[in-house]
Amino acid sequence: MSDLNDLYQEVILDHNRKPRNFHALADASHRAEGYNPLCGDRLTLYVKVADGVVADVSFEGAGCAISKASASLMTDAVKGRTVAEAAALFDRFHRMVTTPPEQPVEDLGKLSALAGVREFPVRVKCASLAWHTLKAAMANEQRTSTE
Amino acid sequence: MDEKAAIATERSGQRCASVAEEPVRDGGAAPRATFDVARIRADFPILSRTVHGKPLVYLDNAATTQKPQAVLDVIARYFKETNANVHRGVHELSARATDQYEAARERVRRYFNAASTREIVFVRNATEGINLVAQSFVRPRLRDGDEVLVSAMEHHSNIVPWQLVCEAAGARLRVAPIDDAGTLRLDELERLIGPRTRIVAITHMSNALGTITPVREIVRIARRADVAVLVDASQAAYHMPVDVQALDCDFLVATGHKLYGPTGIGVLYGQERRLEGMPPFLGGGDMISSVTFEKSTWNVLPYKFEAGTPHIAGAIGLHAALDYIDGIGLDAIAAHERELTAYAAGMLGTMPGVRLIGTSPEKSSIVSFVMDGVHPHDIGTIVDREGIAIRTGHHCAQPVMERFGVPATARASIAMYNTREEIDRLGRALEKVREVFA
Repeated sequence: MSDLNDLYQEVILDHNRKPRNFHALADASHRAEGYNPLCGDRLTLYVKVADGVVADVSFEGAGCAISKASASLMTDAVKGRTVAEAAALFDRFHRMVTTPPEQPVEDLGKLSALAGVREFPVRVKCASLAWHTLKAAMANEQRTSTE
Repeated sequence: MDEKAAIATERSGQRCASVAEEPVRDGGAAPRATFDVARIRADFPILSRTVHGKPLVYLDNAATTQKPQAVLDVIARYFKETNANVHRGVHELSARATDQYEAARERVRRYFNAASTREIVFVRNATEGINLVAQSFVRPRLRDGDEVLVSAMEHHSNIVPWQLVCEAAGARLRVAPIDDAGTLRLDELERLIGPRTRIVAITHMSNALGTITPVREIVRIARRADVAVLVDASQAAYHMPVDVQALDCDFLVATGHKLYGPTGIGVLYGQERRLEGMPPFLGGGDMISSVTFEKSTWNVLPYKFEAGTPHIAGAIGLHAALDYIDGIGLDAIAAHERELTAYAAGMLGTMPGVRLIGTSPEKSSIVSFVMDGVHPHDIGTIVDREGIAIRTGHHCAQPVMERFGVPATARASIAMYNTREEIDRLGRALEKVREVFA
């Protein structure tokens, strides 16, 4: 059960039960849909950028606990950051979830709760779906997919 | 004893290992085979392995079944002793490979009770068989405004090939609905068959719900309107007897890897009168009778539809797999699986917060379910750590998921070697899921 406990940490279960920023955003400047065909996870991401800063960000959709918690944690993490900082954070997050389990990873605060997916390679896509969708939204792509 | 006879003898030995005969009672009754699941399990080497330190519980049979030792042995022996190309060499090995390949075709004919081996075409899988019929039978006769009729519980492989030909011709794909239990609405299907219907393409058993469809009745209805019927028997073929002459269908497809055989080998059955009139699907070697740069002429059935070097070892492996299944007996397998399905449905159906998807009275071998507050993907990960393989997702049947208003389900699918103990282990693993998400 130990690696299961790593995966389903309390932070993740909490964000799954009560996702933050889980609503549409009427005045979003960017928007994209993310889809993980493996498990059918689907989310819509809304971003409001003002003066190069992520002024607001939210999401809607249905997905597994990992994808939902990751989207929720991500919205909290990037809100108030500059677009460039958000992009850099994606790179750091991506590095964290794709580093082999036995190697050390950077502490990313609450986002570190998702480091447990490293033990579950098929679930890495669930954890990174929201981030890929954020990237697509900022690039003004309408749809993205983790396939 | 020649090579084939030796193989046949070994196969019958394999059968005896799994089926114990009861003594004849009262001097009159015929010997009756008993179903011994422990002995069957011993024939499947993979079932003795562990996953994440726990004994494997394999409940993803609707995706692919495991292979008995007899199948593994035959394939290895073919490559060690016979390997050659078929239908072309005068040398000994080529002749033997051809004999074995054609013996496999005869075995498949017998399994589905086709009238002739000319009606048995080897393909890669059921998907390729459906595409062959879509492109060679339906496409040439499809006009603007024509219709292709499928059901609401088809696998994507029995939807997309029809969409491709419909799009090219300006034809329309129509869908016979299912009710809330997942049973086909036969009355609606009958209503949807009209003068523009060119083919009815229907599953014999839904891979997402387990629903068994009344194919004989569907063919009868279609015949009245002179409409051809293709049956997708990918699931049904390893769970129950499938007799193409009794069903009277025009086409039927099945895939070897669900029949306890290898991947990459599938079967298309087509009534000879249908296949005769169809142009080839793929061009190449083996499917021609003569080739010049001006014009080529086609080989006879079934070779017209088998371009290029076929999956010879796959066909031979499938032969052994069908021998194995018939050695156990499809009726006995069906009875065992129905009993286990009912047991699993009873257990899951009474778990708090669990909803079964697909509760048709006519169903078997597949139990799809969802759990309140837990996504199927999370269920799949947690039970996997208990050594239990189930499928989670949309099962390549997204319209079925939409029909039931769920993004995905968890699916336990049963085969001849599964046991009550394994279903119980799934139950305990689902309690762990509940604990994690409490």
